[in-house]
Amino acid sequence: MSSLSALLSMGAMGLIFGLSLGAASKKLAVDQDPRIDQIMEVLPGANCGGCGFAGCSALAGAIVSGDAPVTGCPVGKSAIAEKIAKIMGVECAAAEPKYARVLCRGSREHAAELYDYRGIQDCRSAQITGGGAKVCTYGCLGLGSCVAACPFGAMSMGDEGLPIVDEALCTGCGKCVAACPRQLIELRTASESVNVVCKSHARGPEVRKACSVGCIGCGMCAKNCPEKAIEMIDNLAVIDQSKCTRCGLCIEKCPQKCILDFAASGEAAPISGKKAAV
Amino acid sequence: MPKGSFRGGVHPPENKERTAALRTVVARRPSQVVVLLHQGSNCPLTPTVARGDHVRMGQKIADTEAKWGVPSHSPVSGKVASIGLVRTAFGAQDQAIFIEPDGEDVLDESCVPVDNVFSQPPEKLIEIIREAGIVGMGGAEFPTHIKLSLPPKVEVDTLLLNGAECEPYLTADHRLMVERPRDIVRGAQILMRAISVMRTRIGIEDNKPDAINAMRDAEVSAAGVEVVPVKTRYPQGSEKHLIKSVLGREVPPGRLPFSVGVVVSNVGTAAAVSDRFDRGLPLIERVVTVTGSAVATPMNLIAKIGTPASELIEACGGFVGEPGKIIFGGPMMGMAVPSADVPTGKGTSGILVMSQEESVAFKEMPCIKCGQCVDACPMRLEPAFLHQWSGAGLWDEAEAYHAMDCIECGVCTYVCPSRRNLVQAIKRAKFEISARRRAARERGGK
Repeated sequence: MSSLSALLSMGAMGLIFGLSLGAASKKLAVDQDPRIDQIMEVLPGANCGGCGFAGCSALAGAIVSGDAPVTGCPVGKSAIAEKIAKIMGVECAAAEPKYARVLCRGSREHAAELYDYRGIQDCRSAQITGGGAKVCTYGCLGLGSCVAACPFGAMSMGDEGLPIVDEALCTGCGKCVAACPRQLIELRTASESVNVVCKSHARGPEVRKACSVGCIGCGMCAKNCPEKAIEMIDNLAVIDQSKCTRCGLCIEKCPQKCILDFAASGEAAPISGKKAAV
Repeated sequence: MPKGSFRGGVHPPENKERTAALRTVVARRPSQVVVLLHQGSNCPLTPTVARGDHVRMGQKIADTEAKWGVPSHSPVSGKVASIGLVRTAFGAQDQAIFIEPDGEDVLDESCVPVDNVFSQPPEKLIEIIREAGIVGMGGAEFPTHIKLSLPPKVEVDTLLLNGAECEPYLTADHRLMVERPRDIVRGAQILMRAISVMRTRIGIEDNKPDAINAMRDAEVSAAGVEVVPVKTRYPQGSEKHLIKSVLGREVPPGRLPFSVGVVVSNVGTAAAVSDRFDRGLPLIERVVTVTGSAVATPMNLIAKIGTPASELIEACGGFVGEPGKIIFGGPMMGMAVPSADVPTGKGTSGILVMSQEESVAFKEMPCIKCGQCVDACPMRLEPAFLHQWSGAGLWDEAEAYHAMDCIECGVCTYVCPSRRNLVQAIKRAKFEISARRRAARERGGK
C-alpha cells in the first residue's frame, strides 16, 4: 500500500514538473540562428584560439553576426571556409593557406654561444633573465617554446637546435608566432616561399662574429633582384612578396646563404615533412 | 620573533672574511671606461657628446627628458672613442659611450661643492641629486630623486639608511661605513633635509661590530641619527625587511616604504650625496668588492663606474685557475655575466668570481611538496605554487598568489632540495603580469 502511494505521488510530481518544464522551454525559448550550430559542425572543434576568438563556438557566433569573415578559421583553411561560405550563402574567395616559417638558421653548428645557460628550458625565461645564450641577439634560442606552444604537434626541435615545422600538420594558427620571444616565426603562404632566413639588424662584422649564416647586409640580393623586390632595411634584406617571382637569383647571389626557397629547397631549409603543392 | 629580525630568510655562509678587514684601495685608472646609456632606470639616455669630443672628469655626457632618468657623467677625462653597442650584465646589448682616459683627470668646472646646503629648499636639493646622476647603490639602481620626491599628502617621519649588506661575500658597504662614517652621516643629513624629516636610523647587521662602532662615533655629532644593530640574516638588506627589523613597521603588499612613513636609502647612496655636496663630485666612482675563490687577492676597490670587470679582476691579481662564473653583485641576487669585459655600473657592489668546482649546475628535479620554500620565503609567498603557475602560463593564478610581491631574494631557490629554478620562474611570471598590466593600461587609456 505504502509503495503504491509513493509511486503515485512520484508519478504525479514527475508529470507536473515535466509539463511545466515543457511549457517553460516553449515560452522562454531563445532563438538561436541554426547556422551557428551548422558552422560548429564543420569547424575543427580544437578550440585552439588561432582565430582570435575564445574557441570554435565563439567564432561560429562571430561569423553569423558578421564580426568574423567566413575564412576566419585559420586551421580549417579553404576546405572549411568553403563549407562555411555555403552555410552563410556567400561566395568565398579561395584563401591561400599559411604556414609557420622559422626565419633563422642559426643552428648550434652555425651560431656561436655566449655562455652556458642552465636555467628553465623555455625561450622567454632565458630571454628575460640572461638575454639569451646566443651571441646573436636576434637569433633562435633553441629551447623550444614554439614547439611547446603548437597545439597541432606540427613543430619539433631538430637535432641542430632549431625548430622544424611539419607543413602537413601546420594549420597556420599562429600560436608559435606569439610564443617566440624573438619574433622569428612568421606566417607565409606556400607561394610566398622565398624568404630571408635571418632577422639580424646587426652590422656585418658583428653578424660574422655571431653566426656563419646570418644576413650581413651586403645588399647583393637587392642589387641583383630583377624585380626590385628586395630592399635593405637597417642592415637586413627584406623581400616584398608581392613583387617576388621566385626566380631564385637572390638565393644564388647571397654569400651567407641566408635566403631560402622553402618550397624548393630540401635539406638546407629548416622544414621537413611534405611540401605544400604550389 | 626576536627584535631586529623578520620571519623567514636564511643565513648562508658569509664568506666575507677575505675582504672585511681590508682598507679600500683606489683602483688604477682603467684603459677604457664604458658608460652605459641605460643606467639607473629604464629610460634610455641621449648622449650629449659626440665621437672624438674631449670630455673632462665629472662632465655630463648623457641625459634624458624622462622624469625617471638620471644623467651620466664621464668618470675620467679623455676622448670619446665611440658610441656603440656593448654587452651588459643582463646579457643583452645596449648603447654605451666608450671613453679613452688621457691620464690627466681634469675636473669639469661644473663640479663645485654646494654652499649653504641647509638653507636650500628641499626641491633644490633633490634637483642637485638628480643632476649628479645619483641612484640607489645597493644594486637596484632606483633613481634617488624619485624616491625623495614624495607624492603629496604622504607623511614621512624617518629616513632609514641601509647598511645591512646581507649578501654573502660583499664588504663594500661595510668598508664604507668603517672608513667614511662622517660622510655617510653628512649625506643622511642632506637627505633628511630633502624629505623634511628629523629622524634617521641606520640599520647594520650585527656581524659588523667595527662598522657599528664607527657609525656610532660619527652619529654623536648629528641630531636625530641613530645606529640600530639588526640580526644577521638574509635578506635583512631588503628595504621592507629592514623597515620591519628596525622600526617594527610592515609595508603592505604592493605598497612602497613611504606608505609606512619611511624612505630607505643605501649607505653608499648617502656617501654619494655627500660627495656631490661637499666635494662637488657627481656619481662617477664607487666601492666594488672583488672577491671569490677564483680571485688571487680579493680587495675592496674604489673603481670608476664603467670600468670593465676584467681590469678590476686584474688589479686583484687576476684569476686563480679557470674561473667558472663571474657574478655582478652577491651570490644570492647577483647576475652571472657572459664575459669579463662587461663594464661595471652604478649599482655594481661586487664582482664575485667562482671557481669551476663551485659553479656546478644542478638538475632541476620535481617538486616534492616539502614546503621549505614556503617556510623560508621572507615575503610569506608560496614559491612552489608560483613556479607551477608560471610553468603552465597561468598568469592570473600567479598574480592571485602575489607573484608581484616577490623581491627575488633567492632564498627559495637556495633552500630547495629539488634544486628548482624558483626565482627564475617567478621572475618570468612578474614579467608577464607587468606586460599584461601595461597592455590593460594602454587599452584603458585609449
